[in-house]
Amino acid sequence: MKNIKFLILGLLFGIILVKSQVISWFRIQEMFRLQAFHMYGIIGSAIVIGIISIQLIKRFQLKTIHGEQTVIPDKTFHWGNVYGGLIFGCGWAITGACPGPLFAQIGSGVLVTIVTLLSAIAGTWIYGLIREKLPH
Amino acid sequence: MDLIRQPWPWYVAGPLIGLIVPALLLLGNKAFGISSSLRHICAACVPANISFFKYDWKKEKWNLFFAAGIIIGGFIATSFLSNPGQVNINTHTTALLQQEGVKDFSGLLPQDIFSFRQLFTLRGFVFMVVGGFLVGFGTRYAGGCTSGHAIMGISSLQWPSLVATSCFMIGGFVMTWFILPYLLEL
Repeated sequence: MKNIKFLILGLLFGIILVKSQVISWFRIQEMFRLQAFHMYGIIGSAIVIGIISIQLIKRFQLKTIHGEQTVIPDKTFHWGNVYGGLIFGCGWAITGACPGPLFAQIGSGVLVTIVTLLSAIAGTWIYGLIREKLPH
Repeated sequence: MDLIRQPWPWYVAGPLIGLIVPALLLLGNKAFGISSSLRHICAACVPANISFFKYDWKKEKWNLFFAAGIIIGGFIATSFLSNPGQVNINTHTTALLQQEGVKDFSGLLPQDIFSFRQLFTLRGFVFMVVGGFLVGFGTRYAGGCTSGHAIMGISSLQWPSLVATSCFMIGGFVMTWFILPYLLEL
């Protein structure tokens, strides 16, 4: 079962999300109202550690545990980054959750989030359906 | 153990989240990102002949395992590693939200908005169903969410991710400051 390690990593991520209260609607409100540093500190320090780690991986040309070259796929700009980003931002402020915390909230016992998650899946599906008609 | 049971400060949680980036890369060249799992669920369950969902989602199964792990982690943290109770937010935020009509501050989410009973009210429908829809539609349109763009994308110095993250924040500010007060009145 080569996927078990990803399950365990997800499990650790879920624990961090709950323990740092990132999955709280109130924390997201506090962030968007600029009334606490908490969320900015979490996202900011995660990025700093991410940048350092990736630089180290590149500098020392670290390979994966399977001995493969590490590859980081390039993201190319499209206008969806802007339009979709704005739409997601609105959704984030309403639901108080991005996709990771949606899963963690369900695990925490907030079962009504299953509805929010199903709706997010529906949103993704509708995007796939009308993708060609949208500006990118 | 007492330290674990307390809420974790940002300088503990943030760096730990950052370490998931190299962990996923070194465990199998995986790019950190959660919203893709929603696409894989669509591809696996309701592909409906839509070209966007016609790909081999099984190759991306790791992402679904990661998402399932988050659910289990949420359960473990809440059941065994937490002191339940109210989230200690800035009192100004609490006061503002109270003014705008939020009543329940006892848990992770205000239960006077997010609950099965509220689902059949206009307000509950907007916050859960419409809000969820915007999250799923917006993240896929943007090509990622907070993990994929803000953390993974910016960590690998990709400017489109910086653009996307700025737009997440702008969308969130506009919603919180100008639209949310009206939605809370519904």
